[in-house]
Amino acid sequence: MVWSVRVILVVLALVGAAPLHAVQVDEILPDPALETRARAISHDLRCMVCQNQSIDDSEAPLARDLRLLVRERLKAGDSDTQVVDFMVARYGEFVLLRPRMSWHTAILWAAPLTILVIGFLAISFSVLRRSARTPMPEAATLSEAEQIRLRAIQDSPFE
Amino acid sequence: MIAELGHYALVLALALALIQSSSPVIGARKGDVALMKLADSTALAQFAFVALAFGALTICYVTSDFSVANVYENSHSQMPLVYKFTSVWGNHEGSMLLWVLILAIFGALVALFGTNLPATLKANVLAVQSWIASAFYLFILFTSNPFRRLAEVPVEGRDLNPILQDFGLAVHPPMLYLGYVGFSIAFSFAVAALIDGRIDAAWARWVRPWTLLAWMCLTLGIAMGSYWAYYELGWGGWWFWDPVENASLMPWLAGIALLHSAVVMEKRNALKVWTILLAILTFSLSLIGTFLVRSGVLTSVHTFSSDPARGVFILLILVLFIGGSLALFAWRAPLLKQGGLFAPISRESALLFNNLFLATACATVFVGTLYPLVLEALTGDKISVGAPFFNLTFGPLFVPLLMAVPFGPLLAWKRGDLYGVAQRLLAAGAVAAVGLAATFAFAGTRAVFAPFGIGLALFVMAGAITDIAERVDLRSMSLENIGRRAAGLPRSAWGTAVAHFALGMTLLGIVCETNWSSERIVALKPTQTVSISGYDLTFDGMVSRDGANYRETAARFTVRQAGAVIGVMEPSKRIFPSRDGMSTTEAALLTRGASQLYLSLGDNNADGSIAMRLYYKPLVLMIWLGAMVMAIGGALSLSDRRLRIGAPKPAARILAQPAE
Repeated sequence: MVWSVRVILVVLALVGAAPLHAVQVDEILPDPALETRARAISHDLRCMVCQNQSIDDSEAPLARDLRLLVRERLKAGDSDTQVVDFMVARYGEFVLLRPRMSWHTAILWAAPLTILVIGFLAISFSVLRRSARTPMPEAATLSEAEQIRLRAIQDSPFE
Repeated sequence: MIAELGHYALVLALALALIQSSSPVIGARKGDVALMKLADSTALAQFAFVALAFGALTICYVTSDFSVANVYENSHSQMPLVYKFTSVWGNHEGSMLLWVLILAIFGALVALFGTNLPATLKANVLAVQSWIASAFYLFILFTSNPFRRLAEVPVEGRDLNPILQDFGLAVHPPMLYLGYVGFSIAFSFAVAALIDGRIDAAWARWVRPWTLLAWMCLTLGIAMGSYWAYYELGWGGWWFWDPVENASLMPWLAGIALLHSAVVMEKRNALKVWTILLAILTFSLSLIGTFLVRSGVLTSVHTFSSDPARGVFILLILVLFIGGSLALFAWRAPLLKQGGLFAPISRESALLFNNLFLATACATVFVGTLYPLVLEALTGDKISVGAPFFNLTFGPLFVPLLMAVPFGPLLAWKRGDLYGVAQRLLAAGAVAAVGLAATFAFAGTRAVFAPFGIGLALFVMAGAITDIAERVDLRSMSLENIGRRAAGLPRSAWGTAVAHFALGMTLLGIVCETNWSSERIVALKPTQTVSISGYDLTFDGMVSRDGANYRETAARFTVRQAGAVIGVMEPSKRIFPSRDGMSTTEAALLTRGASQLYLSLGDNNADGSIAMRLYYKPLVLMIWLGAMVMAIGGALSLSDRRLRIGAPKPAARILAQPAE
């Protein structure tokens, strides 16, 4: 399904213009340290007219503007956090590909761990309860020789 | 005439599906063999008519019959023949037709090869299949008719979207749909079992081959889509955590969980309720995947309402099938008796561990994909959930899962010895530790997690080898003994080891690509040279040429390593006049072992130079090779005589088993 929506949106972004590149030669900052920071920040910022693309990947003109803006702020001496805050103040939280942790994203961020813990508790509860209720007599009765024979039988194709 | 024939065939298929939806169920209730048998014939006839409809649309495309709206919108008379075939499903209506074609194929396969199934189970399964088919036929006929004619016949078509004019379109959607639709069999078996109110280990044995087949196709489909995006979109990414990708990843994850829990059910008669639920969920996620992408709701809530008929229909189908099956599950599942017991340390528990983490990973993707939609609908807040979120949450969930992979197959059923297994995995652990240390030594501490990733990948691979080594008794050092045991080993054991090994391969590719890719963004004039990771690329000049329905300008580069010419790369840009000059970039790839040089073109500058992006991606091919080997593992498992579809011997024995 990648071919449908994603690809079409990418194409829509290109209509009327020759394919631009994501980061272009003239955008790159002379200071490699600043450029590395700019790339890292760009990876987490969304190109708002694209579908789920970071401004670092996007070929849209808007993405280029945002990349230049990030670099301008960095040159002006902003810290990474200040640059991101600036972008959020200007474009809203929609611009962040990694949503901030706050009340309205609480369920989102808590979901993985919560589901894991609930699942773990549910499994432990049911496994422990059931094995406590019924002991497993057959498990202890096999000698080592029998275990080896059993493995041989299990591994044979005619199980 | 051809189009009308196709349309009519689809209507007939619907009529057959409606009969198949009802009479076998009634037959199963009353014990009427004739009514139950009816499903076999209707399933085959449905397939014949859907194939006819699909063939009719294909003929319309191949003959460029632009009086059919669908052909006019997605084809062009000058397009190469192969794309005339593939553009049949390169659009919404046609892809839905492909969906029902595959559904009909699976239905016919069950009718043909399900000879060993109990009559009532088979009748119910085919009936449930037909409920799904009916819903889709109605959806196509009422909202997405591919055979609609235009009053005025255009002279020329509007051409297929240039990015879709690629071999990827020939493989990716059909494989993906084979996966999605294949899971419908597991779903139908689950619903049939719930209707019947009984289920046993034999059920799992019947469901597993279908699930395996579906999962293999989905694996290949996702991998193909990923590779296609990698070379076609021109910025070298291979996974974007895009909603449409997530839509295919969710059933894939649930499918793996289902494969593993079905093993427990088959071997130990345990985890029945959970396996049934997984079968329902896996197909529900496939439905959600198909429909959310098709409806456009993932792109924006607004496109959803732009075509209200389609949107409402989709919602109805989702509610009916997912809600209905879950309600049936809640009502009937308590009737199913739980089987075999097992200790907290055992193969069963290891597979439960696998299921827990896979289900959580799947749920994480689900929440991450749908959260922005729900939040916007409820509060109007617009947020984005993108790659950084999924990397932070999904990644950590997969680490314990992968660490456990080598342990699972070595643990005994019922009650295992974790300490003993750990001892048997010492060699694998040593391999991993050496890999970890070596990576630290060579790569330094720049990428802190990378050495651990390499170590984990090696552990998974060495663990799979350990499993096989123990089973063939490698330590005996007797070739005869090893050969005999290797030949006697069930194919499913080979399948497990191969698929687990492949998991390590993919991880290796991912770790190497994400940590050690190099990138150069430069503007070059002819005769200038650019270097990356020991390769020198010299820009020889531009070449222009004409394709079937496009004009192409390519830049020619000679690639040298240590002064010796090793190849030529020609990245290009294609312009499609039929699509108002829309253009695509075609990246050039040079494969060195499992690594690749990746070159794609940007703009021509005023000073005569051309912008370009050059990557060196170490071991990147391992990502997709791993997926292919995973599918091979699935095929090995599928060829196990125990699971062979229609194998009469074991089934006859199972038939005699008393119901619980």
